[in-house]
Formats: sequence, structure tokens, C-alpha cells
Amino acid sequence: MAKGVKPRIKVPKQASAGDMITIKTLISHKMETGLRKDSDGNKIPRSIINRFTCDFNGENVVDVGLDPAISVNPYFQFNAIVPESGEFKFTWYDDDGSVYEKAKKITVT
Amino acid sequence: MSFFNKIFVGSVLLILGFSTVSLADESAKLVVEGQPMITRVKAPSHMENVDEIRSGWTFRIKETQSLQMDDFENPGMIFVDKGLDLWNKVEGSKNKACASCHDDASEFKGLRTVMPRWNESANALWSLEDHVNNCRTEQMGAEPLKWGAAPMDSLIAVISLQSRGMPMNVKIDGAVAPLWEIGKELFYTRVGQLDMACSNCHEDNYGIMIRADHLSQGQINGFPAYRLKNAKLNSIHARFKGCMKNIRATPYKVGGDEFRALELYVASRGNGLSSEAPSVRN
Repeated sequence: MAKGVKPRIKVPKQASAGDMITIKTLISHKMETGLRKDSDGNKIPRSIINRFTCDFNGENVVDVGLDPAISVNPYFQFNAIVPESGEFKFTWYDDDGSVYEKAKKITVT
Repeated sequence: MSFFNKIFVGSVLLILGFSTVSLADESAKLVVEGQPMITRVKAPSHMENVDEIRSGWTFRIKETQSLQMDDFENPGMIFVDKGLDLWNKVEGSKNKACASCHDDASEFKGLRTVMPRWNESANALWSLEDHVNNCRTEQMGAEPLKWGAAPMDSLIAVISLQSRGMPMNVKIDGAVAPLWEIGKELFYTRVGQLDMACSNCHEDNYGIMIRADHLSQGQINGFPAYRLKNAKLNSIHARFKGCMKNIRATPYKVGGDEFRALELYVASRGNGLSSEAPSVRN
């Protein structure tokens, strides 16, 4: 199990209808590729975040597959126009089966 | 109804750790989370050959510069978070954590800007690392942390963050004066197979390119610094070591007398610049 994994998100608390908002997400993760060997020549097993999703009010809006070439601490930033108040839910899927979740509410006025 | 009718998802930007080549914006102003930083100021009077001192931030490309302006995007803050976990972790025979005596680290506001400084009781020049390890061995009964290792650098980032924006103000007279002279001597002494001194790059030639690298003044006001090249925090002594390897010299010992003296001298060359730790560099 990957250690020190901590998801972080930055979503504005409120927005006006029709405004473009910027959403930033970052998860601290070592993103071990599985291609490296340790000092004894043994393969270091792959351990990466392999999928990232974002749902808004239960509907999927972003779904990204990640591969071993992605750097340590993967960072995603995307824009959205939010039509109504609701909750963003972010989910990261780890190779070891762990699922990290984080949610944030936004009020649209 | 497709979700596009409800929500328009714009560009999905995936940061893979490389950027296009662009020149440094040398006139840019550094504002971190709304707090302005001093990145250019008149050199302190003890610097004979430089008129204006500049933070290493002013030498970096736009993309690197912008990373430091937002704490969410500053990857160094990941290590501050890890440092805070360690800050609250109970260790050692006395069942104490840093937080047992010091709450949050806010009482250390300003400490970064005066380090390294003379410690009367120890009768020695102390860096921040010494304060951390002294607390661990004397107050906590725990093992000292290794200089330049991740736990140490993370803790120092937590302490240094409290002083962010405050101008560096390292004392160079009194008991530390002879050590400061040693540090100055080291700064101007040519060493290694390339026969270069710190000053050859960071005083005579800052602002020009050394192959693909934009030479800075070698200021340490932003340390510990997150470097994109190794994706971790880098301590002052580790950076000195890296520089010495670059000029094919045998590095002095991390935490040794030479680097302590050099740290004092180099820190004093930045007197007047804001402490930026954790900064972001290439």
C-alpha cells in the first residue's frame, strides 16, 4: 500500500451561473512505474494512481486513465461551467485497490 | 440529455513535469497568496562586487515562477503537510512531539531569517537543523534526524514557512565574525577539477546561461527549496554539495564546519530579500 497519499482539491465555494470556474486537484503519490530496480536488482513493483474521476451531482464529468509515465504527485486542472448548486466528488483509484475520495460543495447564484 | 448540456468541461490539463522553453521574466513581481515578496533589493554593505541582490525566483522561467505564487500549486507545500504530520507525531523516550512544547510552529515566526546564528550555550554556529536535532535528543529523547533527509527538510519547511515574506537578517558580527570570514574565503576559493569558486558563477556571471541553465546569484533565501529536477525539498547544504559536484570537486561534509561557515556567508549575502521557503526552483 502506497504511503503518504493525501488528496487535495481547490474548488470555489460559490460561482455565478454561466461563469467558468477553475478546479484544481492534486494527490500526493509516489507513482512508482514498475520499471525500476532496487539496489539488489529486484524489480520495484508498480504502484500508481491508475484512474481519476470527477462527478457532479452524481453525474460523471471527467474520467481519466493514468499510465506509468505520469510524474509523482499527479496534478489535474480543468475548467467547468456549473449550471446549478451541487457537489463535486473526486475519486482517485490506486493500483493496490485503495480508493481516495474527496468532495466539495459549490453554491451557484 | 448529455452531460455536456449541463456542464461544459473545458480543457483538461495534465502536468507531466515538462514545459516549453521560455525566457525568465526578470521584471515580474512575486506575490505569494496575496503577500508581496522582496525579490530585488540593494545589496548589503558587506558585498563589495554586487549592487543589487536578486532572489533566485527572478531567474526562473515564467512557468516555474507561477508555481510559487499559489500554495496549492507549489509542490513544496506537500512536504510542509508531511512536516506537520511529523510535527504532531509523538516520538522518543519522553513521549513528546514537537507540538507538545511548541503548539503549531507559529512561535518560530522570524527564526528562518536570522539563521544560521551563534548559539551561546552550545558555543557553536547553529543552523535550523541543529535546533531540530537538539530538541529531539534533549527534549524528546528521540534519535536525531539526518541532515538533508526528507523528514528533516519537511520539518524545517514547516518552521521556515512561518517567516515567509520577512526579510533575511543574518547577523555577521560578534562571535560569528571569524566564521563569516571563513565562509567568505570558501566562497572565493577555486576548487575541483574545473577550478571554480562559487563567485565565478554566482557573482561574476549571474544572469547568463551556462548551457541550458540560467545562472542565479546563488541566494539561499528560498530554502528549503522544491526543485523540479528531483521533485523534492532540497536543503541548503545538499545544494552546496550539488554545486561542488558540478565543478567536480570533492564536496565538504553536509553539516560539517565548512558548509556551516559557507551557509552563514551566503545567507548574509541575501540580507534584505524575503524568506520564500518553500520556494520552487528548476
